[in-house]
Amino acid sequence: MNSLSRILAILRKEVRQLRRDHLTFGMVVGLPIIQMLMFGYAINTDVRNLRTAIANQADTHLSQQFVAELAQTQVVEIVDHVETPQALEGLLRAGKVSIGVHIPHDFDRRVVDNTRAAIHLLVDGSDPTILGVANQLRAMPIAFDTSSRNKTESPQVEVRPYYNPERRTPVNIVPGLIGVILTMTMIMFTAVAIVRERERGNLELLINTPVSSAELMIGKVVPYILIGMLQLALILAVGRLLFDVPVRGSIVDLYVAAAAFIAANLSLGLFISTAAKTQFQAMQMTIFILLPSILLSGFMFPFDGMPKFAQWIGELLPNTHFIRLTRGIMLRDAALGDLYLEVVFLSAFTLIAMTAAAMRFTKRLD
Amino acid sequence: MNGEIAIKARGLTKRFGKLEAVSHLDLDAPRGQIYGFLGPNGSGKSTTIRMLCGLLTPSEGTATVLDTEVPGDARLLRPKIGYMTQKFSLFGDMTVLENLQFIAEIYSFPKADRAERIDELLDRYDLIAQRKQLAGTMSGGQKQRLALACSVLHHPELLLLDEPTSAVDPQSRRDFWAALFRLAESGTTILVSTHYMDEAERCHRLAILDHGVKVADGTPAELQAGTGMHIIEVRADEPYRAQALIARIPEIVSVTQLGIRLRVLMPDSVIDPLAAVNRVLRAAGLPANATLSSATLEDVFVAVTLKPQAAAA
Repeated sequence: MNSLSRILAILRKEVRQLRRDHLTFGMVVGLPIIQMLMFGYAINTDVRNLRTAIANQADTHLSQQFVAELAQTQVVEIVDHVETPQALEGLLRAGKVSIGVHIPHDFDRRVVDNTRAAIHLLVDGSDPTILGVANQLRAMPIAFDTSSRNKTESPQVEVRPYYNPERRTPVNIVPGLIGVILTMTMIMFTAVAIVRERERGNLELLINTPVSSAELMIGKVVPYILIGMLQLALILAVGRLLFDVPVRGSIVDLYVAAAAFIAANLSLGLFISTAAKTQFQAMQMTIFILLPSILLSGFMFPFDGMPKFAQWIGELLPNTHFIRLTRGIMLRDAALGDLYLEVVFLSAFTLIAMTAAAMRFTKRLD
Repeated sequence: MNGEIAIKARGLTKRFGKLEAVSHLDLDAPRGQIYGFLGPNGSGKSTTIRMLCGLLTPSEGTATVLDTEVPGDARLLRPKIGYMTQKFSLFGDMTVLENLQFIAEIYSFPKADRAERIDELLDRYDLIAQRKQLAGTMSGGQKQRLALACSVLHHPELLLLDEPTSAVDPQSRRDFWAALFRLAESGTTILVSTHYMDEAERCHRLAILDHGVKVADGTPAELQAGTGMHIIEVRADEPYRAQALIARIPEIVSVTQLGIRLRVLMPDSVIDPLAAVNRVLRAAGLPANATLSSATLEDVFVAVTLKPQAAAA
C-alpha cells in the first residue's frame, strides 16, 4: 500500500517535471515528426532524375534515338552534351553529373556486333545507390532497330515486389523508423532522467527516504512507457496521413511488439544510467547504441548482405528484432505468432538488462 | 539498548582506494542535543554523516544509530532520520509546495494531517510567500529553509545536517540556528557539520575532525579549557615582522595575524610565555604589547589540528 503510493509519488513527480521541461517535451513530440519528414521526403532509394551527360560521338540517327529513349526512362536527366569521354570524366570528377554516357563513333556497328559493348556508362561509383541504378540501365534494350538485330530476349527472372508494389521508400522506411526513433528517445530519456537526478544531488536525498530502488525505477520508467506509446501513435498517424504507409496486420499486435521493445530499451536506459556519471556520458552511451541500431539492424542496409560478424552484433540489438516485427506486422500482415521468436528475444533482453541495472543500482553512494 | 545515546560509533573507518577519509572514529552523541562536527573541507565530516545514515558502507568499525545497526538495516532507520545534504537536493523545477507534498508522500505521512503539517512548516520556516515559487529560483537562505522543512516533515528523531549553512548569509545562519535549537528543545537529536567556529560554539557537544581523525571531543567549554596551550595576544606596530620573529621561538605552535593583533599559541609547559615573546621582539627593537588571553574555539581548533605536525617537527 505504502509502496504503491510511493511509486505514484515518484510517477507524479516525473510527469510534473516532464511537463515543465519544454525541451524534453518538445523532443517527445518533435523528434518523431521531424525524423518522419526527413526520412519520408528526403530519403528515396527509388532513384530518379540522375544528372547525366552525353558524349555522342556517333551522332547517327540510331544513337540519337537511343538518347531519346534514355531520357524517357526518367531514371536519368540529361543536363549536358560533351564531345569526348575525357570531358565526361571531368564532369564526373567535378560532381556535376552522376552518370556519363559515352556513345562511340562506331555505335551502329557495335549494336549489331554482340561481342562489343555499344554504350559505355561512366558511373560515379562513390555512391553505391547510383551504381545500383546504373546497373538497371544495362537491362535497357537497344532493340528498336529490328531489321539488323536479334530480338533481345525477355529477362528470365521477373521481379515482383511483394508488399510494396510501387516500391515507395517511405513504406520501407517508416516501420524501421519507429524502431530508430524509439531507440533514441527511450534509451536517452531514461538514462538522462536518472543521471540528471544524480548530478543534481536529488538522488542522495531520494535514497535517504523510505523509497526502495525498485519503487524508484518503476516510478521513473512508467511515464516513459506511455511516452513511447504516444510516439508510436504519432509516427503511425504521420506515416498514414503523409506517406500512406499501411498497417496491414493487427494494430494490437503492433502495440504488443512495441511494448516489448520499449521495455527492452528502457531497461537498457536504466543500465546506462547506472554506468554513466554525467548526463553527457549518458548521451554518448546512447549514441553508441543508436548508431549500430541504425546501421546494423537492417534499417539502412539489408541484414542478409552484412558480414557474419556484423550480423552477430545486429542480432544483439533490440532494434534488429523490432524492425523484423514492424515490417512483418505492418507490411506483410504477419501475426505476432509468426514472429514470436523476436518477442522472446526482446523479453529476454529486458530481463537481463533489468537484472543488471537493479544489481548495479544500489541505494548507496559507494 | 541505550536510551541516552542516539549515535554510537566505534572504530568507524572509510577508505576510498588508498585515501583514508575517516579513520577509526569513536563517537557518542547524546539524545536531544546538538552535536557538532567541526573541521576543514576534506576532514571526513560528510563521509562520516553518510556512513551514519547508511549511504556509505564503512570499511571498518561499527555504528549504532537510534538502536539500529548501520549499515545493516538502513531501511528501518530511514523513517526515523532526516538528512539535509550539503548541496541543495530538492527539485528545482517543482514549487515549494510540490516539494513538500512529494516528501510527505514518499514518507507516507498520514493523508489527513498532511495539509496541516505542510502549512505548519511553511509558516515556521517563513516560506508562505514562496509556496508557489519554483524551488530552483529561490535564494540560498530560502532553499536552505525549504531543505530543513523537508528533512523534518516526518518528525524524525535524528536530524543529520551536512554543512547546512555553507551557502547562506549571516542573518539566515542565525535564523537557522534558532530553528535548530527549537527542534532540539522538542527532543530531536541533531548532528551538524560545519566549518564555522561561531556555529561550533553553539553546539552542546563538539568533535573536531582533521584528516579523518577525531582530534578533540567535548563541550565547547571543556575544549576551551583543555587546550594545553598558553594563548598570548600581541599588539605590535609591524605585525607582519613581529609574526616572523615570534615564529622563530622554538616552542611556538602557531602565530596567526588578526588585523593588527597576533594570536600566539605556545604549550603550557613553557614557564613564562610572555617573557619569551617580549624577548624576541625587544631584541629586534620592535615595540609590542603582549598579554595572556583565554582560548576561543578557533584557538582550540588551531591547537588540536596543529598538534600532530608540531609533534613531527
